[in-house]
Amino acid sequence: MSEPVLRLDDLHKNFGGLTVTDGVNFAVEPGELHAVIGPNGAGKTTLINQISGLLAPDAGRIVFCGTDITALPVAARAALGLARSFQITSILPGFSALENVALAVQARSGSSFRFFGRADAERALNERAMAALAEVGLGGRADVAAGHLSHGEKRALELAIALAMEPRLLLLDEPMAGTGRDETERLVAVLARLKGRFPMVLVEHDMTAVFALADRISVLIYGRILASGAPDKVRADPAVVAAYLGDEME
Amino acid sequence: MSDAAPLAQVTAPPRGPAAGEIVPIVIFAGFALIPFAAAFGAQAYILDLFTRVMIFAIAALGLDLIVGYGALVSFGHAAFVGIGAYAVGILAAHGIDEALVSLPVALIAATAFALATGAISLRTQGVYFIMITLAFGQMAYFTASSLAPYGGDDGLTIHVRNAVAGFAVFENHRAFYYVVLACLLGCYLMCRALIVSRFGRVFRGARENPTRLATLGFDVYRFQLVAYAVSGALGGLAGFLLANHTEFVSPAYMSWPRSGELIIMVLLGGLGRLHGAIIGAIVFLLIEEWLSGVTEHWKMIFGPFLVLVVLFARGGLMGAWDQIAARVRGKAS
Repeated sequence: MSEPVLRLDDLHKNFGGLTVTDGVNFAVEPGELHAVIGPNGAGKTTLINQISGLLAPDAGRIVFCGTDITALPVAARAALGLARSFQITSILPGFSALENVALAVQARSGSSFRFFGRADAERALNERAMAALAEVGLGGRADVAAGHLSHGEKRALELAIALAMEPRLLLLDEPMAGTGRDETERLVAVLARLKGRFPMVLVEHDMTAVFALADRISVLIYGRILASGAPDKVRADPAVVAAYLGDEME
Repeated sequence: MSDAAPLAQVTAPPRGPAAGEIVPIVIFAGFALIPFAAAFGAQAYILDLFTRVMIFAIAALGLDLIVGYGALVSFGHAAFVGIGAYAVGILAAHGIDEALVSLPVALIAATAFALATGAISLRTQGVYFIMITLAFGQMAYFTASSLAPYGGDDGLTIHVRNAVAGFAVFENHRAFYYVVLACLLGCYLMCRALIVSRFGRVFRGARENPTRLATLGFDVYRFQLVAYAVSGALGGLAGFLLANHTEFVSPAYMSWPRSGELIIMVLLGGLGRLHGAIIGAIVFLLIEEWLSGVTEHWKMIFGPFLVLVVLFARGGLMGAWDQIAARVRGKAS
């Protein structure tokens, strides 16, 4: 078996007396879409925040592509190829959709300590940004201020920003959060197309989406991994059904 | 793009070249022509007044760069002006009155102060950033006040303006006026290039969403520190020119009310448009000049005026101008 893209070794995190990550061991294999599911408050976003560096774990190790990144700041992790989307939309509302994505491209192509020359006239940046926008179906909305996009479009933009970083791992924190049925279907189709191109960690409440996309599913409850494995195995696991899926599937 | 109008009040998106260029062109054409118009009136007085206006416009421009585009409200900006001025004063006190020496010294000193204080201040945010920059500004003020060999509280008279490569260019008030104008134009063009560059895009993005910028891989702090240093250097340049203009330096140049005045200039003209800062400096200093001639209690009139501008023209004077222009254009079409 090849080296996993991401490995969490016995990760712990407490908020005061509350244990939100309780000895999590977790791995993402190359090319895999690994979904993380669990009830509200299970610690899913906390886990993503620790991987991307917004929160520091109390104990344990995070290894990304063979490098121990446990102590690295957010920007350094991103520079290594760790991209993420946010559950609560995190874009630059005053920038156009194109500029939001072009900034992500810029982050991965050459120095940004360039003080002259219009950044918005750089063909190489704009072309790659347009390609990422087209990929999520926003090709026609490139010049709209991101703050003026619809909610579903903002979710798609969030994804395009992450894509444009050409990541070695994509962390998606509830990409479908708050979207309508049509938009969800469109985003699932986009993710299905991207599958295999990047390894992904997908945190999601929409079980239809999760079971349609995931290669492997880990169930997180009270900060612990209750079960982990192929979708069929997880769906049939009595402990998972009892603790979580029982309600969700009805 | 009719739906872009409400957004303009919150942030200042990069606007199209054509419509936005009229105001800066008028400003600079006006500055260029003033010495000719002044020939018919009280020439020395008008040249003197507008030289001062342009010098403060340079400092306000530097402040707008970080406040308007980075939401970094520095309340100690007068310190950079003061440091630039003291560089000229202290060198002059030792008999060095060559601009080719004092200008680089002024710029380096102001930039170094910006890097040192910015490195600490930028660890904080919001109100704390305002307070800590105020503290550093006051620190510079009290340091200057205690410089006994250089006049202490009383300041320091500069007996002769700097020469440029040995030529007494600055002694000719009209030549000095155009030197200041060239500096202002150069700074304005440099700032404009900066904000649309790769660097500027990251810096502007950091104001909107620093967390997002970090997850893209940008170390936001480094970008803010460089912008802060550029802003400080512009303050230093203004200080260099101010010392040569007034032929005097004093700790009062660095006092916190001076920093406040620079913020008022930027707000008055309109944040985040660069030429707004220049308009702000013009309006602020002309009203100050005019009202202080009318009554010594001029601040009692100026204060309410500022309140009205803040209340009714959210984007400053340039914001009001944009709204009027949009309405006129709407009627015409």
